[in-house]
Amino acid sequence: MTLELFIQYLFAGITYGSIYAIVAIGFNIIYNTTGIINFAQGEFVMLGGMISISLLPVLGLPLAIVAAVVITMIFGALLEICFIRWLVNPGVLRMIIITIGLSILTREAALHIWGESIHSLPYFVGNEITSVTIAGARISPQVLWVVGACGCMVIILSIFFQTTSVGRDMRACAANRTAATLCGINTRNMVTLSFMLSAGIGALAGCVVSPITSTAYDNGTGLAIKGFTVAILGGLGNSMAAVGAGLLLGIIEAFSVHIIPLAFQDAIAISLLLLILFIRPHGLFGSRSAGLKEF
Amino acid sequence: MRRLLPICLLIGAVVAVQLVTEVSDTRYYLTQLTMAAYYCLLIIGLSVLMGYAGQISLGHAGFFAIGGYLSAALTTHNLIEYNQAGLVQALQQLGLLVSTQDIYGSSLLVVAPWAAALAAVCAAALIAWLLGIPVLKLKGHYLAMATLGFGIIVYRVALASSYFGEADGISEVPPFQLPFGLAVSGDFSARVENYYIAWGVLIIGLILLRNLIDSRVGRALRAIHAAPEAAEAMGVDTARFKLKVFVISAVYAAVAGVFLTHYNGGIGPSEAGVMKSVRYVAIVAVGGMANLNGALLMGVVLSFMSLRGVFGTYDDAVFGLILIVIMLFAPKGVLSLNPLARVRATIGRRRLSREGG
Amino acid sequence: MNIRTLVVSLAALCISASPVMAADTIKIGAILAVTGPASFLGGPEARTLEMLVAETNAAGGIDSKQVELIIKDSGANPEKAISFAKQLIEEERVVAVIGPSTSGETMKVKKIFEQAGTPLISCAAAEVIVNPVARYVFKTPQNDSFAVRKIYQTMQDMGIAKIAVLAGNTGFGKAGKEQLTAIAPEMGIEIVEAEVYDKDANDLSAVVAKIKANPDVQAVVNWSIVPAQAIVAKNIRQAGWDVPLFQSHGFGNIKYVETAGAAAEGIIFPAGRLLIADQLADDHPQKAVLTSYITEYEKNFDEQASTFGGHAYDAYIVLKAAIEEAGTDRAALRDAIEGISGLAGTGGVFTFSADDHNGLDIDSFEMITVKAGKFVPLAQ
Repeated sequence: MTLELFIQYLFAGITYGSIYAIVAIGFNIIYNTTGIINFAQGEFVMLGGMISISLLPVLGLPLAIVAAVVITMIFGALLEICFIRWLVNPGVLRMIIITIGLSILTREAALHIWGESIHSLPYFVGNEITSVTIAGARISPQVLWVVGACGCMVIILSIFFQTTSVGRDMRACAANRTAATLCGINTRNMVTLSFMLSAGIGALAGCVVSPITSTAYDNGTGLAIKGFTVAILGGLGNSMAAVGAGLLLGIIEAFSVHIIPLAFQDAIAISLLLLILFIRPHGLFGSRSAGLKEF
Repeated sequence: MRRLLPICLLIGAVVAVQLVTEVSDTRYYLTQLTMAAYYCLLIIGLSVLMGYAGQISLGHAGFFAIGGYLSAALTTHNLIEYNQAGLVQALQQLGLLVSTQDIYGSSLLVVAPWAAALAAVCAAALIAWLLGIPVLKLKGHYLAMATLGFGIIVYRVALASSYFGEADGISEVPPFQLPFGLAVSGDFSARVENYYIAWGVLIIGLILLRNLIDSRVGRALRAIHAAPEAAEAMGVDTARFKLKVFVISAVYAAVAGVFLTHYNGGIGPSEAGVMKSVRYVAIVAVGGMANLNGALLMGVVLSFMSLRGVFGTYDDAVFGLILIVIMLFAPKGVLSLNPLARVRATIGRRRLSREGG
Repeated sequence: MNIRTLVVSLAALCISASPVMAADTIKIGAILAVTGPASFLGGPEARTLEMLVAETNAAGGIDSKQVELIIKDSGANPEKAISFAKQLIEEERVVAVIGPSTSGETMKVKKIFEQAGTPLISCAAAEVIVNPVARYVFKTPQNDSFAVRKIYQTMQDMGIAKIAVLAGNTGFGKAGKEQLTAIAPEMGIEIVEAEVYDKDANDLSAVVAKIKANPDVQAVVNWSIVPAQAIVAKNIRQAGWDVPLFQSHGFGNIKYVETAGAAAEGIIFPAGRLLIADQLADDHPQKAVLTSYITEYEKNFDEQASTFGGHAYDAYIVLKAAIEEAGTDRAALRDAIEGISGLAGTGGVFTFSADDHNGLDIDSFEMITVKAGKFVPLAQ
């Protein structure tokens, strides 16, 4: 393998990895405050892409993205208020099934609203063939946008959770819901907030990756599965770990192309994941003490 | 007698439905009822795994596909060019191979359907056993992920291997000859016979599962589900029982896959897809976990309607809606909505309290 | 014990409405993947059929009988296609069925239509559907082998001998890959790299890097019908790789050109003349039918016509011509389809025979390229 090819694979892996990580972060935020894996997370990504594409002719790129994020956040909040908020002590399995149901409904609604054909946002900088050269490898500037968005998200989220009072309330809610309630934190609002936050992050991800991956009504499922895989691989609830796990999975996938047929890429990636899970049942960076809800 | 009553009623209903379609000249309904019965076989197996052993599996379509794909591949791939190979000759000596002709008249040498079915089910059982040992140690979302991952691997392998026909799947699977001149096949002429074969297999499966639930294994499972630590302390080997049920439910799925593949005359990768697995879990949940009757009822009704395409392009949407509504308002399953059962439960409770008092 | 519920619901399901037979309509069935992973095929096909049937009925029907179209959405699931096939044949007693959209489904239902003696006109491209010929099974999309020969001929003209093949993991990609491999030796082409990518792929820069690293590759053939094929084009050009890129007739949708944007420039592919209808000479046999289909489709639905919808268009006009000729007897209809000759459709001029159930020849394809975001014929 030449150095150039090595770097090219590495960047391809970083591209995949950042896309997975950005979806996985959304999973983690909801998981942290509620203990729920929201299987509709992929749909937020799809909605973000679709809404911004629809608004693009009216608002222009930056405003369309902002509007798409806001609308998706409202959608996320509505989902939580209508379907989840009023449930008393829902079991994990029940929540998995409800969020799967929501994901199916959202997807089918998108099919009837936007039709089955693919759309995409224009490249933020340059066009489909523009590329920048880094250490002899050529990559699309959009990849830098994705990596940048992913990095910014992690930084902003950590600042938000560490320093703001709302962020601390949300963490308290994650650590011990009863205690948080006793301290006067409105845990229900925190849950709604977490849905909004992760819907917003999903939507932003959907906009940033749209030029690379294109957006169609059924994009969400595939991204959700990959995002879920990465969230689990990193250890649920840990966004930094999700980024690490995402990059790891992406890079493994990219390099696997060199030795095995691309058609088996997913099978290999998932087999590796299962092996890791068997050896470290709480994910690569997760700890045994992380309170896991059981069925 | 009480235990036999529901089975007798079910048999009665199966016969009654066939007679009604015969009289009203609507025999074509039996096609989808036959297919639904096979899906139900998988669903009741999954119901015991989820309801009694408390383990979720988002990869059961994988076991269905292992059964279906292996039996389809073995009974369609022509071995005639390997005729001279020692292994093929040995198989032929054992009577495991059959020579036939395809519809275009060239001669075929393939594995006999019964041998292929046996191999497929054994393979599924073995894979479930090997997979179950590490996987069942996982909990909650990690278990969900691991089983989902297994399903994806099966799907990907089926989609990527030319042996399994890649995206096209396998077609022209021959009929499965059973004793007494019966055959599992989709021919229009064999419809009534196949309807009874499918429901016969399902009812036998149901009886076996009921026996399992009422046996020592079932009691142990209920103990595990109610209080795992207590059960462990009482000397119940929880891991072993969970594994046992996991393997049994995988075998049910594989058997369903084998039969349905022969009935349909083929199988495609969509049978192994993640959405299929999700659908099975959802049907079990909607039927009420640990409720075989509920799972059976919802399995038949939902599969039947979906296979008939009553919802048109809204098939998935309606399915999602049913899921949400049932999970929101009747998390114990659709039969918990049954007013009759509620009344009976109230009476039962009263009787109990009277006896207790 | 809720067995009673079971009995009641089962009985109710069975007694519920038996189909009402109306003698004065002609029933045509369609099994299409309107939703699910192949919806980019089934969607335009279903819309085309609905539009055509409405047109026929507005014009007084066929032989003054109204046409009743029953579309079943299989979501690209073979097991559903099987169930629907039996349902349409026996229950709805349709005279013929159009579809399924994918080759996997078509192969599964082929035998059912043979047994039931009902004509099936598939909208899937794979050659195995009509080769070997099954009496009742037809298809309208052009044969893959014609597309492959067209591509290889163009390569010979350009002096290309060693190529890389990328294919999508759908029935279309699979069939194309097989034809590319089978025909390569006789045309003096060598396939030095071959990869299959997922229909839901997000980015393919890794595999592009891999084939780019092989110095032997003189051209890339990307054989796919899924939207992901636009990603291949983008990744190749982003890698700064100026290799000739060939696509299959699955590229025949302007949406894909829009998605690939600047990267689509210069892509060479064979396709039916639907894409270049406005550039055809006025006396071209397909000019009238293409113009009318494109105008009608774009008037009714807010999108550009694609060759995918065209396959359903062709299936319908073939069937309509046969019904006008032979009435609604299924066996007579089959014979009438085989007897059709010189019928201009969107995919080409159809002439069926007892051993040609596709009815098109290699001239149904035109080599097309993309210039300034538009399809134009490749200059010879």
